[in-house]
Amino acid sequence: MALIWVIEDKCTGCGLCVKKCPFGAIEIVEKVAVIDESKCTLCKACVETCRSEAIALSPEAEAMQEKPSVDLNAYRGVWIFAEQRNGRLSSVAYELLGVGRTLSDDLDVALTAVLFGSGMEEAAGALVARGADRVLWVDEPELRTFHDDSYAQVFEELIREEKPEIVLAGATAVGRSFIPKVAAKLETGLTADCTELAIDREKRLLVQTRPAFGGNIMATILCPNRRPQMATVRHKVMQEAEALEGRKGEIVRRKAKPESLLSRTSLIEFIEELEETINIVDADVIVSGGRGLGKPENFALIRELALVLEGAVGASRAAVDEGWIPYSHQVGQTGKTVSPKLYIACGISGAIQHLVGMRSSDVIVAINKDPEAPIFDVATFGIVGDLFEVVPALVRKLKG
Amino acid sequence: MNIVVCIKQVPGTAEVRIHSETHTLIRDGVESMVTVFTMGPPQAEAALREAVSYGVDEVVLVSDRALVGSDTLATAYAIAKGIAKIGAYDLILCGKQAIDGDTAQVGPEVAERLGIPFVAWVRKVEEVGDGKIRVQRMMDDGYEVIEMPLPALITVVKEINEPRLASLKGKLRAKKLEIPMWSAEDIGVEEDQVGLKGSPTQVMRIFSPEPRGAGERLEGEAEEVAQRLAERLKVMGFV
Ligand SMILES: Cc1cc2nc3c(=O)[nH]c(=O)nc-3n(C[C@H](O)[C@H](O)[C@H](O)COP(=O)(O)OP(=O)(O)OC[C@H]3O[C@@H](n4cnc5c(N)ncnc54)[C@H](O)[C@@H]3O)c2cc1C
Repeated sequence: MALIWVIEDKCTGCGLCVKKCPFGAIEIVEKVAVIDESKCTLCKACVETCRSEAIALSPEAEAMQEKPSVDLNAYRGVWIFAEQRNGRLSSVAYELLGVGRTLSDDLDVALTAVLFGSGMEEAAGALVARGADRVLWVDEPELRTFHDDSYAQVFEELIREEKPEIVLAGATAVGRSFIPKVAAKLETGLTADCTELAIDREKRLLVQTRPAFGGNIMATILCPNRRPQMATVRHKVMQEAEALEGRKGEIVRRKAKPESLLSRTSLIEFIEELEETINIVDADVIVSGGRGLGKPENFALIRELALVLEGAVGASRAAVDEGWIPYSHQVGQTGKTVSPKLYIACGISGAIQHLVGMRSSDVIVAINKDPEAPIFDVATFGIVGDLFEVVPALVRKLKG
Repeated sequence: MNIVVCIKQVPGTAEVRIHSETHTLIRDGVESMVTVFTMGPPQAEAALREAVSYGVDEVVLVSDRALVGSDTLATAYAIAKGIAKIGAYDLILCGKQAIDGDTAQVGPEVAERLGIPFVAWVRKVEEVGDGKIRVQRMMDDGYEVIEMPLPALITVVKEINEPRLASLKGKLRAKKLEIPMWSAEDIGVEEDQVGLKGSPTQVMRIFSPEPRGAGERLEGEAEEVAQRLAERLKVMGFV
């Protein structure tokens, strides 16, 4: 028997469900909607959108919805993972404290920051000043360096022991690498790269929203029946928590089991890529160049503007594919996702795969000679013009 | 060496090529046997045929209604079961992320399920052999050189290689090849750990992103628009 079907007498063939279906599973064939079950995930988006109640789910499909497997009430508190690199806290930790504070106040529970590595006294203090009620600091020299094995193992053990209801980490190279392992160990849900988080107070649930399908849709995701509810959070989207002098909090210093600190990977060396001022993921200002630059030498223009604004240099995939600039500068779906305060796109058309990597920037400036370029749809300030004239002029005006 | 490559057929298959092709770099260095693995609807077979045309040795399709609706946890569980059924493997390659869901979670979760070491964001394989692999991992501020024992799983970024072209021989083989299709039962998954039932996360709502409010167009001579933009950026505190 089918799991989901269209009641043909009721279907008006309006096509609303076709538009709503995130999985492209519905087609209108001879004025009636037809659902391709091999593509359908039973998300029910179509059922909810249909005005004529023409889409039905079988009892079997309803029964396929998951049931609680743990005592949900045993889990309390909001945790954030305070990522550090070489002993320096990443600013994503402060952003997580910002959103974590709101969530924990809504739930009326404590906010805990989890910190790994030795010699982190100052960082622990900073986390308290910025809103952590408690810092769980695993003070082990092995944890100064990131390894998937040790980080996942130690984090899993802490979570099993203390049972937080929510665990957040930055959607950074580190967070998106080891947090999925933690979720798999705990067999719980994890939502990647969230741009919005809220609490449904009635149900005591974390409401997680993220872009998917190349940014064409936003999805709101829940983890109703397992704990903790876990999410990675896009860097630079959430407001950083402010430091408050004299704020009190508890710093709990912990040790890990020696066997939990073992890692199968060994770090041979780290090669920092300093060539273009700062890295784009942490930058507050990014100036990006695309195919419109025409040739590699013209990236000098982009660098100059970036320098004046103390920003980093980004690029479209077209520019990277041409070999004009290394891949580590690529912004977009197959590159890096960035969310700076200011993003300036020069000679970039604004393909959806580029937009998804930068559309959550606060201010977007587009410089493009084609007035129809889609980049203008997301631009706070759009300049229709030749970048070879506008960019140098802008550099002069900003300097002057 | 036995290498398994995990691919996903996504709407608009333009990119499948890159995912399925990530094995070439390694294959060209070592005598190896490459199996491409996918889980998806029966029509994902097309992606596997494409992979065969590029020269992979074996392909496996896992397809079953019971798996529909699986989130990353359930998907990773089923993929791990499928790979375990393939048997001996030294290296598993996954793309950094599938371009529809964009989660980047399935690779690390598969590694965890299989209990093998894992490195994400690999941009280069420096060396493989003698029971270990040395790779470059792209980080936000540079890259790390990392070594780990095999068997292992890596997720690779676009920079890993240039896809090779399909060969005529490959295309012919792709056309004729019988593609094995395994069911949920074949790979031995527990029924309550896959599909919607086995998926802790649930999609509650799907909506279009809010358009960013219509911006301001600055038009005129370059000097003039640059002046106006510079003023605005100054007011906003960027200078
Ligand atoms: C699966 C997939 C993943 C992808 N991932 C990414 C990704 O991560 N990042 C990414 O960027 N792209 C990605 N792409 C590619 C994307 O679709 C576009 O092809 C790419 O972004 C185009 O780059 P561009 O805007 O620089 O080039 P074009 O689209 O060629 O645009 C160049 C622009 O420059 C303008 N221009 C030319 N000369 C001048 C001048 N003198 N002054 C001002 N303007 C000028 C033109 O009007 C044009 O709008 C992906 C594509 C696919 C299929």
